[in-house]
Amino acid sequence: MRIAVSAVGPALDSSVDERFGRCAFFVVFDEQTGDTEAIPNDGVNAAEGAGIKSAGLLLRNRVDVIVTGRVGPKAMQALLAGRLAVYTGVEGTVAQTMEQYRSGSLSPLGVPNARSHNGITSKEKPVK
Amino acid sequence: MIIAVASGKGGTGKTTVATGLVLVLRDSGHKVAYLDCDVEEPNGHIFMAPQCNESEDIFIEVPEIEQDKCALCGKCAELCVFNALLVTSDEVITFPELCHGCGGCRYFCPAQAVRSGRKKIGTVERGTAGRAVFVRGELQVGTALSPPLVNAVKKNQLSRGINVMDAPPGTSCPAVATVRGADFCILVTEPTPFGLHDLALAAQMAKSLGVPCGVVVNRAGDGRELIENFCLQEGLPLLMKIPLSRTIAEAGSRGVPLNQAEVGWDRMLLLLYSDIKGLIMSERAYGNQR
Repeated sequence: MRIAVSAVGPALDSSVDERFGRCAFFVVFDEQTGDTEAIPNDGVNAAEGAGIKSAGLLLRNRVDVIVTGRVGPKAMQALLAGRLAVYTGVEGTVAQTMEQYRSGSLSPLGVPNARSHNGITSKEKPVK
Repeated sequence: MIIAVASGKGGTGKTTVATGLVLVLRDSGHKVAYLDCDVEEPNGHIFMAPQCNESEDIFIEVPEIEQDKCALCGKCAELCVFNALLVTSDEVITFPELCHGCGGCRYFCPAQAVRSGRKKIGTVERGTAGRAVFVRGELQVGTALSPPLVNAVKKNQLSRGINVMDAPPGTSCPAVATVRGADFCILVTEPTPFGLHDLALAAQMAKSLGVPCGVVVNRAGDGRELIENFCLQEGLPLLMKIPLSRTIAEAGSRGVPLNQAEVGWDRMLLLLYSDIKGLIMSERAYGNQR
């Protein structure tokens, strides 16, 4: 399994990013090899459809599980189509989030948990 | 002749000026069309009171994937800057709501697996308001892409006669689509810092489209030097001022057009037209210096 965490930086001690489509990096762990790699997210600057672009990037990098904060409707549709498992509830650093994922304390997501929006919004608010 | 009425800032009085102008031209015997290109919220019909007898649905091309032909090469998704396609390990899924209808995915697909589907984006209605031609576009709720609809409205321009196009506010794609190709652009503004700021943007837009423009100040009163100084500085003609008047505001709120709001406005609007006509003539004669 290859597990990706949305993050603001490329390192293990980087803070996680709640945003899926517009995070700066995906930090990917390979459970088989034990390797870690950082993939810069080219969806971050997309005018529209950043989540779809990010989902495509994860698919090309053979990621199986994505751990993030908020996923909008189009991104969710894209992730489901690509058969990625989605977990939410990122907190703290990438390493801390990975610990939480391994301990099974993160919740899987089957439906979008963020509202639809067009392009970059200045104040994104999670749907409660 | 094509006259676009634009503004930058919203709510400055584009529709007031555009409908007033069309109605006085109609009443003085000109062949004239009013085209409401503000397809997100068309409201010219309130003042024009048209009879619409034709309605046409407008579509854009969206991709449909023939999955059995698709080799999953990913060229389509790579090409699409709007991210309307996603290639997974066993299929291509499309997001029509993000598609801008360019057809690039279909054109470049090496396996010819992309078919041209269609998606409705809105309707164009045609009719008449007395002897004037009335056309308006109405964007379908939930659609984000309006320039193809604006262009569909523009197809109804009279080849001989005066076309007055009511532009959407702002300076983004729908406003650009409206003003592009016009002979003249009236920029309606108000004497506030906000009005001035957006006027500057709109003037810049008209300039980059090569469309000569002039300014109409609405709700003129305090702070008029603001706009006048800008016009002087930029060499823009100040065509008309509509004062901040309770009578005009009340008429507007009842759907009474500017030419009937107060005595004298029919004459003012005809003068506005003859000024614009003169400016277009001199532009044609000397315009190459621009």
